[in-house]
Amino acid sequence: MSFILFQTALLCEILASGGFIVYIIKQKKWMFRVSHWLLFSGFMFHTAFLIYRFWTLGTAPVLDMRSALSFFSWCIIAVYMAFYLKFRMMVLGSFVAPFAAFMLLISSSMPVKAIHVRPVFKSMWLTIHVFSVFIGIGLFTIACLVSIMYLIQEYHIKKKKYGSFYFSRLPSLATLDEINYCALIYGFPFLTIGIISGCIYAQCAFGTYWQWDPKEVLSLITWLLYAVLLHERLTVGWQGRKAAIMSILCFLVIMISFAGTGLFLGGYHSFSSMNTGRMPK
Amino acid sequence: MKIVDIGINHKTAPVEIREQMAIDTERASRIFAFFKKTELIRELFLLSTCNRVEVIFTTDSFDMSKNAIVSLMCKTGKIPESDFLPLTYTLQDMDAVRHIFRVASGLDSMVVGEPQILGQIKQAYLTSVQHRATGVILNRLLHRTFHVAKRVRSETGISESAVSISYAAVQLAKKIFHTLEDKKILLIGAGEMAELTARHLMANGVKSLSVANRTFDRAIDIARQFGGEAVSMEEIGYQLESGVDIVISSTASPDYVITKDKVRSCIRKRRNRPLFLIDIAVPRDIDPGVNDISNVYVYDIDDLKGVVQFNMAHRQQEAVKAERIVSEEIIRFEKWLKTLDIVPTIVSLKQKAENIIQTELKRSRHALHDLTPEQQASVETLVHSVSEKILNDPFLFLKGQAGRPGITNCIDFTKKLFNLDNEDNGET
Repeated sequence: MSFILFQTALLCEILASGGFIVYIIKQKKWMFRVSHWLLFSGFMFHTAFLIYRFWTLGTAPVLDMRSALSFFSWCIIAVYMAFYLKFRMMVLGSFVAPFAAFMLLISSSMPVKAIHVRPVFKSMWLTIHVFSVFIGIGLFTIACLVSIMYLIQEYHIKKKKYGSFYFSRLPSLATLDEINYCALIYGFPFLTIGIISGCIYAQCAFGTYWQWDPKEVLSLITWLLYAVLLHERLTVGWQGRKAAIMSILCFLVIMISFAGTGLFLGGYHSFSSMNTGRMPK
Repeated sequence: MKIVDIGINHKTAPVEIREQMAIDTERASRIFAFFKKTELIRELFLLSTCNRVEVIFTTDSFDMSKNAIVSLMCKTGKIPESDFLPLTYTLQDMDAVRHIFRVASGLDSMVVGEPQILGQIKQAYLTSVQHRATGVILNRLLHRTFHVAKRVRSETGISESAVSISYAAVQLAKKIFHTLEDKKILLIGAGEMAELTARHLMANGVKSLSVANRTFDRAIDIARQFGGEAVSMEEIGYQLESGVDIVISSTASPDYVITKDKVRSCIRKRRNRPLFLIDIAVPRDIDPGVNDISNVYVYDIDDLKGVVQFNMAHRQQEAVKAERIVSEEIIRFEKWLKTLDIVPTIVSLKQKAENIIQTELKRSRHALHDLTPEQQASVETLVHSVSEKILNDPFLFLKGQAGRPGITNCIDFTKKLFNLDNEDNGET
């Protein structure tokens, strides 16, 4: 059953992405509506899939790269849906949906491995840790995508390319900057809670709060970078171009720590150690 | 029966003639008064704007009614017919329909796609309706016209982009700030274009404005017109630091009034908030290098002209789509017009059926007397629906034949078949 739910979600999201791309080119409202509902139904199937997995595993389904990516994709769409309700920015979907669908597609292409859930994973703190970190990352993904849109639009206004494809289709700079700020101001607390709950979980499970694992270090760096960005924004009024570039850089660091440590750098956060059991102590 | 349009517009007649021929209320009532007396013209619609005067009417005798209208126009406009006639165009039937569709869509306007014309046509239609001058055909024609204009607006981009410099500035400001509600303008120098731009920005939400001028008295003058405050030229730096979001500059100064250093030094104080500088002056007032500073956007007069030119070209492209919509709608209207031929036949056939039903019901009244009122009502419904069902196929057949060459034969045959010509004397 989980297989059907997952494949339906994937199909809906890929179709929605196609629809959103056609929408940005053709600018037909009904195209947006269709894509939006496709994305929403995909999201609901995906939610059902995740609930099912959570229920069968007894813990957050992020113990291998496949499920982590799938959960990541879900978070991006969840955040997008919330932002759509707040800002009603239709063109955002044309950037978010393809990205989320791509993540889900990569996830689906990865081999399904039997996951050995050790009792240590069945902790409420781990669920909180995973959930808030992923929602935080979802928000930062939106911040990054909006920043890319900002830079494209800013380039066109600066260089006076008023006839271009994007000039008429992308929203105003102020709107994009506002969404970026909103994503940042919500994303940061989620990341903070995620790191703190991770520490508490580590204390409960392994008896130590912090052990300089590569992912921990990179997360700390990410957290500091976002703290700097937020601080500069609030005190000096960093906005527009600088804030957009910084959001993109911070997101790249997140991606490195997400993919890099998950697959290559080792440490107890890596997916291989989760399954083989090379855990501290 | 013909639909006729006699008119002059900005392409055929000079402005003096258009002014002289413009139909004011007094002239309109004279023309409508003539319409009420005459048998020549069946329906009448008058449209008069600063760019055109159009008289649209339906008639059975084209030449006579045309002469009557032209001489009436010339008499009321106090202009010899020989001067007026060469400037007019006369369109008939589908050409007239195409013309009114194009006019309403802004395709025949001086600035292609301008939106005011539709409102003017609606107003003119209201006047014609008040004079009871419109009937089946013109009512339908005008409603289709509104529909076409609406389609053109929503399905093409013909009137979405700015085609004047001041509107281009407003559009750009919206691309940067999204809303102009809480924004502040600084107007440096004076000039028609600068003031027009400021006015358009204020019409789009800007509430606060300050004016700087070399002569302070002039600044006070202009500030009063806009309900803003006057500042001295030395205060420009302070203004940039404090709260200004949009600067419009048009001084006669030979040097830059706003230099790169000046802007850069105030960026931090204004907490990096975006700044939009519009330079309308020639020679330029704002150092083009200012555009390189982050969150600061400079547009000079040539840039704005570029926007306008681009938008103009875009409108021309969209006009092609609009023409296609107009052609589609003409076909639809023509189809409808052709069904008008069969309407009298259908009406008399329906009337005949109704007469038969009433007579037969009357005849059977004593037999139905014992029934309850509900039962009587359902008997009536029953006979009505039987007659409708029987007549439905002939009606569909006639409608299907509408506009085809054989339609006259079909109508004749139907009349003979149902004995419609002798309807009055027969109830059998």
